[in-house]
Amino acid sequence: MTAGQSKAVTAKVNYAAYPDEAGHFGPYGGKFVPETLMPALEELEEVYLKSKLDKEFQAELEYLLRTFVGRPTPITYAERLTEHFGGPRIYIKREDLAHTGAHKINNALGQALLMKRKMKKTRIVAETGAGQHGVATATVAAKLGIECVVYMGTVDMARQQPNVYRMKLLGTEMRGVESGSKTLKDAINEAIRDWVTNVRNTHYLLGSALGPHPYPAMVRDFQSVIGRESLRQMLDPSIGPGRLPDAVVACVGGGSNAIGMFHPFLEYETVRLIGVEAGGRGITGGEHAARFADPKMGRLGVLQGTKSYVLQDDDGQIALTHSISAGLDYASIGPEHAWLRDQGRTEYTYATDEEALEGVRLLSQYEGIIPALESAHAVAHLVKLAPQMGRDQILLVNLSGRGDKDLATIMKELGEL
Amino acid sequence: MTGVERIEATFRQAAAANRAAFMPYHAMGYPNRAATIEVIRTLSENGADLFEIGIPHSDPLADGPTIQTATYLALTQGTTVKDCLAMVRELRAAGVTQPFCAMTYYNPLFAYGVDRFVADAVAAGIDGLIVPDLPPEEAEQLESACRKAGLATIYLLAPTSTDERIRFVASHATGFIYLVSVTGITGARTDLPPDLAAFVGRVRKATNLPLAVGFGIGTGAQARAVAQIADGVIVGSALVKAAGSPDGISAVAALGKEPPPPGAAPGHHPVRWCPPP
Ligand SMILES: Cc1ncc(COP(=O)(O)O)c(C=O)c1O
Repeated sequence: MTAGQSKAVTAKVNYAAYPDEAGHFGPYGGKFVPETLMPALEELEEVYLKSKLDKEFQAELEYLLRTFVGRPTPITYAERLTEHFGGPRIYIKREDLAHTGAHKINNALGQALLMKRKMKKTRIVAETGAGQHGVATATVAAKLGIECVVYMGTVDMARQQPNVYRMKLLGTEMRGVESGSKTLKDAINEAIRDWVTNVRNTHYLLGSALGPHPYPAMVRDFQSVIGRESLRQMLDPSIGPGRLPDAVVACVGGGSNAIGMFHPFLEYETVRLIGVEAGGRGITGGEHAARFADPKMGRLGVLQGTKSYVLQDDDGQIALTHSISAGLDYASIGPEHAWLRDQGRTEYTYATDEEALEGVRLLSQYEGIIPALESAHAVAHLVKLAPQMGRDQILLVNLSGRGDKDLATIMKELGEL
Repeated sequence: MTGVERIEATFRQAAAANRAAFMPYHAMGYPNRAATIEVIRTLSENGADLFEIGIPHSDPLADGPTIQTATYLALTQGTTVKDCLAMVRELRAAGVTQPFCAMTYYNPLFAYGVDRFVADAVAAGIDGLIVPDLPPEEAEQLESACRKAGLATIYLLAPTSTDERIRFVASHATGFIYLVSVTGITGARTDLPPDLAAFVGRVRKATNLPLAVGFGIGTGAQARAVAQIADGVIVGSALVKAAGSPDGISAVAALGKEPPPPGAAPGHHPVRWCPPP
């Protein structure tokens, strides 16, 4: 540690010890999948654990992150936004500047490389909501020469058209999903069905810190590059404030950008870690994706391989969710978030569609950065958080992606400017 | 008799008659409540030995299009877990005596309350549970409730299961073991997988429990072929499709009559199952 606070407070909990061997974070997580997939999960867990200690693999991953993804992504001091709020001092972690325009590629590259180097599989399937994970997967599949199929709900395909074309251009086969709500959850069902059918030659490249063990831990580890870089950059006085932030904010869909940002900060107990869920059209009407904010619908449950908070009805049927952002429009949340929340280590709030749009406008006009609608939820929370913080305090926001893909939606909502 | 005992007796009777058990699956609430009752009653008089009754879930990730569509329709008509239990009670009252194995995903059961579900299921007349997204690793609470209530915990094994997993899963199973014929999801297929006999053989080595084969069996010829090597033949999507057709009930009755089980198949399957002492 250099300037500012040292590793002052020793953490009460050994966060690194989770999940346990069976993939549980306390009462959350686990492996709730058809038997056909159990051997594949066992194999995946084995190669993933080995790869963590494999210097050659880690070196190649780091090389590609540097030379292909463009890491490290910078942190930017948001001077005008800071002035606008009258403090705290706001820094932005620029995952929007990673190749393909979002954090998703950190995980996509990690998993694809793992498959290519360590598994006897030749084909990748993935789901996508906003299309960012699909684009990232299609991109690394092209780069590494892997056959790739992406499932996407047809509602999402309509609202994220540029990304659909991008994936096709990258040589990926797009399969529209017509079942259920035709959004992310249904795309995951269909990707899992493909995986069950083709598991002998196919890896499922899941895009968030969700699903059966080892995915939540593995995706977290591949995304933790965000938090590790941020920690170093914040402590470096030539780039950042030269000390730890007082609070870190990230949007939470499945939870991968947030857990990737939060995880390296967990042991610094003075740093508040705040996740922002999608409040949609507000909590009371039920049209949202805020798993922690709605005690009526958000309860412990099992969805798509993992036990966590799930938006559901009294009969255990999964609720239809709504968010203006396709990437946050999902009924469950990564199990580690639920557990960290129970530990009191992380906090969660939400931003509505309208607040997110205001976040888009703010960041665009004060900082010259057009955020993804997902990331705009994190920005939107600053409106509430900043006034509660001191002028000299430090705030770090994870900008998980850029907004180009959302221009059609934003134009429709904001209208003539 | 407990559910486990009733299921065991069913396989024993079939084996004594030198045939495999015929085990139809139906999606509860499809195409509607009245038709569900009618379909199951018809099958109970047309060769069914044991029923698998599907409790609908919004996210059936192990199911193909036929069962997805059927359970989705059942849900949109408001079919709840409670309704499914009520239909079971009604079928028992109407004199259907074959064992019922409820097939559902874990979340509806978990939301209902595991212990409460097991108690209500037994009271309604259910004999066993099949939960395709609940491997034994996660089933401690359900298993202990089922053990106490005499309800069978029926697990699935797949062609991808290693010998080690086969032993592990078999050690947790009661009633019978459900062998997934293909690496894949439910849905009728034109051909049986070529390695099916080898797969059944691998499981035989690990357990004395009856083995029922399901997923992808849609024709009488396929059912007869499976009956040569397994103790039970599960027919799902083909029946659901028949039940949804315009003259659903007679279609179902015809399917039930087509010899899978009744009528000794030529070169009848050897009885390998020895009931536990
Ligand atoms: C830019 C961006 N941010 C955030 C998310 C939400 O995912 P997660 O919570 O896993 O970071 C997505 C998902 O598509 C995304 O594209």
